[in-house]
Amino acid sequence: MNQDLTQMLAERVAAAQGAGRPQRIQGGGTKAWLGRTVEGETLEVAGHRGILSYEPTELVITARAGTPLAEIKVALAERGQWLAFEPPHFDVRPNPDGRPGADATLGGIIACGLSGPARPYAGAARDFVLGVRIINGRGEVLRFGGEVMKNVAGYDLSRLMVGAQGTLGVLLEVSLKVLPRPATDLTLALELTAGEAIDRFNRWAGQPLPLSAACHDGERAYVRLAGSEAAVQAARARLGGEAVGAGADFWRGVRELSHAFFRNPAPLWRLSLPPTAPHDPSLGPHFIDWGGALRWVQSEHPLWPVAQAAGGHATCYGRRPAGQPGLQVSGQAGDPPGGQVFQPLPPALLALHQRLKAALDPRGILNPGRLYRDL
Amino acid sequence: MTERCTGQQQGDHGQDNPPLGVQLSVDHHPDSPLTPQARIARQAELVAGLLAILPETFVLHEAEDLRPYECDGLSAYRQLPLAVALPGQVEEVQAILRLCQRLGVPVVARGAGTGLSGGALPHADGLLLSLARLKSILHIDPLARTARVQPGVRNLAISEAARPHGLYYAPDPSSQIACTIGGNVAENAGGVHCLKYGLTVHNLLKLEVITMEGERLTLGADALDAPGYDLLALLTGSEGLLGVVVEITVRLLPLPERAQVLLAAYDDIGQAGAAVGAIIAAGIIPAGLEMMDNPAIRAAEAFVHAGYPVEAAAILLCELDGANEEVSQDILRVRQILLESGAVEVRTARDEAERLLFWKGRKAAFPAVGRLSPDYYCMDGTIPRRRLSEVLGRIAAMSAAYGLPVANVFHAGDGNLHPLILYDANVPGELERTEELGGKILELCVEVGGTITGEHGVGKEKIDQMCVQFQPQELAQFHAVKAAFDPAGLLNPAKAVPTLHRCAEFGAMHVHANQLRFPDLPRF
Ligand SMILES: Cc1cc2nc3c(=O)[nH]c(=O)nc-3n(C[C@@H](O)[C@H](O)[C@@H](O)COP(=O)(O)OP(=O)(O)OC[C@H]3O[C@@H](n4cnc5c(N)ncnc54)[C@H](O)[C@@H]3O)c2cc1C
Ligand SMILES: Cc1cc2nc3c(=O)[nH]c(=O)nc-3n(C[C@H](O)[C@H](O)[C@H](O)COP(=O)(O)OP(=O)(O)OC[C@H]3O[C@@H](n4cnc5c(N)ncnc54)[C@H](O)[C@@H]3O)c2cc1C
Repeated sequence: MNQDLTQMLAERVAAAQGAGRPQRIQGGGTKAWLGRTVEGETLEVAGHRGILSYEPTELVITARAGTPLAEIKVALAERGQWLAFEPPHFDVRPNPDGRPGADATLGGIIACGLSGPARPYAGAARDFVLGVRIINGRGEVLRFGGEVMKNVAGYDLSRLMVGAQGTLGVLLEVSLKVLPRPATDLTLALELTAGEAIDRFNRWAGQPLPLSAACHDGERAYVRLAGSEAAVQAARARLGGEAVGAGADFWRGVRELSHAFFRNPAPLWRLSLPPTAPHDPSLGPHFIDWGGALRWVQSEHPLWPVAQAAGGHATCYGRRPAGQPGLQVSGQAGDPPGGQVFQPLPPALLALHQRLKAALDPRGILNPGRLYRDL
Repeated sequence: MTERCTGQQQGDHGQDNPPLGVQLSVDHHPDSPLTPQARIARQAELVAGLLAILPETFVLHEAEDLRPYECDGLSAYRQLPLAVALPGQVEEVQAILRLCQRLGVPVVARGAGTGLSGGALPHADGLLLSLARLKSILHIDPLARTARVQPGVRNLAISEAARPHGLYYAPDPSSQIACTIGGNVAENAGGVHCLKYGLTVHNLLKLEVITMEGERLTLGADALDAPGYDLLALLTGSEGLLGVVVEITVRLLPLPERAQVLLAAYDDIGQAGAAVGAIIAAGIIPAGLEMMDNPAIRAAEAFVHAGYPVEAAAILLCELDGANEEVSQDILRVRQILLESGAVEVRTARDEAERLLFWKGRKAAFPAVGRLSPDYYCMDGTIPRRRLSEVLGRIAAMSAAYGLPVANVFHAGDGNLHPLILYDANVPGELERTEELGGKILELCVEVGGTITGEHGVGKEKIDQMCVQFQPQELAQFHAVKAAFDPAGLLNPAKAVPTLHRCAEFGAMHVHANQLRFPDLPRF
């Protein structure tokens, strides 16, 4: 189903700017909980959908922002390609077989800047964004970047949109770099403590090994190798450990936070840290991903100061209600302290964020307050 | 003799040798609204302020001391600044920017001056801020695979320092012996390795930046992401217009176990272009995939004797790297693809020495072409790969129509073209025709869905072509972003993003004066 709603959306934003009416931009609604609550009219973008161009030999796909992520993955898989940053879906309604359903949209993925377990080895969502078409807060339709691998004309406003959570513009179209799927992959389980695993992951990452994911679930370490059969087997011989049967299911659980570790009622914190930061079990139960650079921690206490002291930052993922696939909507029931979700910014940086927001959205009508109260 | 590209005197870029035979007229500055007297007064005020911050040796203001800084690698544009400051500490950079902000003096940052788009061209009424003395490698962390360096560190020096740890810094512009990492960040520099390992932006973790107001900001983190907007990405490639980069943390990668290069010769340039798509369609991402056409092959062969097939219409160089077993497999597959795509000859480098020789010809191609002609002009545009043979055909037709030979040597894997236009500046009007042809080539890149610059930046050079690639509202958005960082518009003014007035004059855009966005922003 293809549908172009550019004009309608642009008119709505222009009218909202005139009246100063805040807009709550909504794709599939799968990540509404990831951020502060936005008060405003809902601007529905999921209907703006369809793959606009896909040229496998160019390694580029361009699609409207409302296109379901699942649709994009299927189109790519047909040509032996994929999104190497492995975006999580966080779909509210998974398919019966546990695979993500069809709710997550391309726009939501890019606006949230989410990347899965492959991130340290393959790159982040923003690394794969080549260009965007957006509606800014004035209702103007603008294009930045393009569909080629290298482009340094003008400021890189397309990558600026990644992770901006819709506060700088409504994403209309996104062009992404895609990659061939590795010929094969293999997951190994290793008996290591969390501290040992962090050290080992970092040592391995400094060697020419075909790593594509590395995590520790609190009990064991898991490493994914991906590439040619020969390279994967050679690496396996070096790393040891035991091959895991349903590797794809395991990593899907890590990516979608549906692994058993995440089925715990304690509030979940995402700590993005230098990959060599020491393991601190006193904070609470840990799930270590990204080869050591991402630590999921269950804690009743706010972890912003701890993360900052360790050279990184924390995000409050809230509580996970029992029996529900989605995470608790923070900013609603069980609000984190002060409604704060993301790591507070130093004052000079926050001021710059506010000026930048005003440059794109002068009346502050796009997802106001979603990232920070004063943004 | 004018040079549009520094190829002929390899090494003069960034090495601060004053270009010869240039007549400077110190009191005529087309860009300057100041009278000569006002300019002298401003210079005196600026120099006095700088001397309160820096020792005398690091404040240059005599014409002969300024001359080495009058241009970057694009030496057709030359301009003496009011003064050059050479700070050795971050705090000095901060104090200098505060001073200039207070005096309303424009500031142009400069790394090694190898830029090919006039980005580091001085401002007539401004300060040139050289970061060349900030050249320490502050820390290498082999376990975290990072290097924390100052902006004046040369690109190659990072890989040299990382090598004992089995690591390297992947982006490798051809100018890597000379260009600085600060300049690489400002231009989002690329290189042969970028097809597989990404551009500068993909290999950065953290920047320390001083704003025009003298505020020190940390963008990015030692972690893989940071809270808030991705200002690290925004600053990268911003051509020194948003802030001065004073410290950079880069990601280091493990040295591949093995690298191997194939050379394929073609009788038909279209077949070579098709081979590029075929390799990628087969699921192989080479570490480098470069193409040279016949004039470039001949020039390179005459210069470095790499053993290139000089009768070929085009050659492809395809490097594969990775685990030993994987490279062995991929070599066989790529060889097969090259032969099936019509290559008349496919060679595999027999050893490391031959691999380096194959590359030597490619890396020396610019100066090699420079030996064929009194002058040449190096263009930089990117196109979708599938339009390669069509675009090369149209460039050939334009070259014939203008009577100016064009040699092509480029990053075929990512569609980044570098047509070299050969001309003779001593022939009246030839420089102007060369510039016109260059502009047409860039417009062709936009027409087929590409961009006016893949890696060299817009700078002063391509400012008019920006009007072709972007709509007025998009340019106005760029100006608003600039104003968020630098409200007074003092950092590298009149570069990278044209004013709407300029586009209107260029004829690419029709502007009704009272419909301009941000009428209160400076129009330079
Ligand atoms: C270890 C591992 C890591 C992965 N990482 C990535 C990744 O980084 N990026 C990425 O794009 N995919 C990733 N995947 C998803 C992967 O499931 C492929 O996208 C999918 O093609 C696998 O299909 P299959 O071979 O199992 O086919 P089948 O099981 O036969 O799948 C049937 C159909 O469903 C589709 N499908 C399967 N999984 C998904 C999914 N998760 N979302 C949408 N459609 C799906 C397939 O494309 C196919 O058309 C990963 C899979 C594994 C095993
Ligand atoms: C022979 C030759 C080959 C080249 N090959 C390539 C190539 O393969 N790929 C490629 O990408 N480029 C290439 N270039 C272009 C050039 O080397 C790059 O653009 C390089 O990144 C410029 O670095 P620099 O230190 O010389 O910067 P400069 O030329 O000094 O400055 C370039 C721009 O960066 C700004 N700047 C410099 N330092 C800072 C700082 N610390 N903070 C803020 N702004 C700053 C300047 O104001 C200016 O706008 C080549 C140039 C030559 C001469």
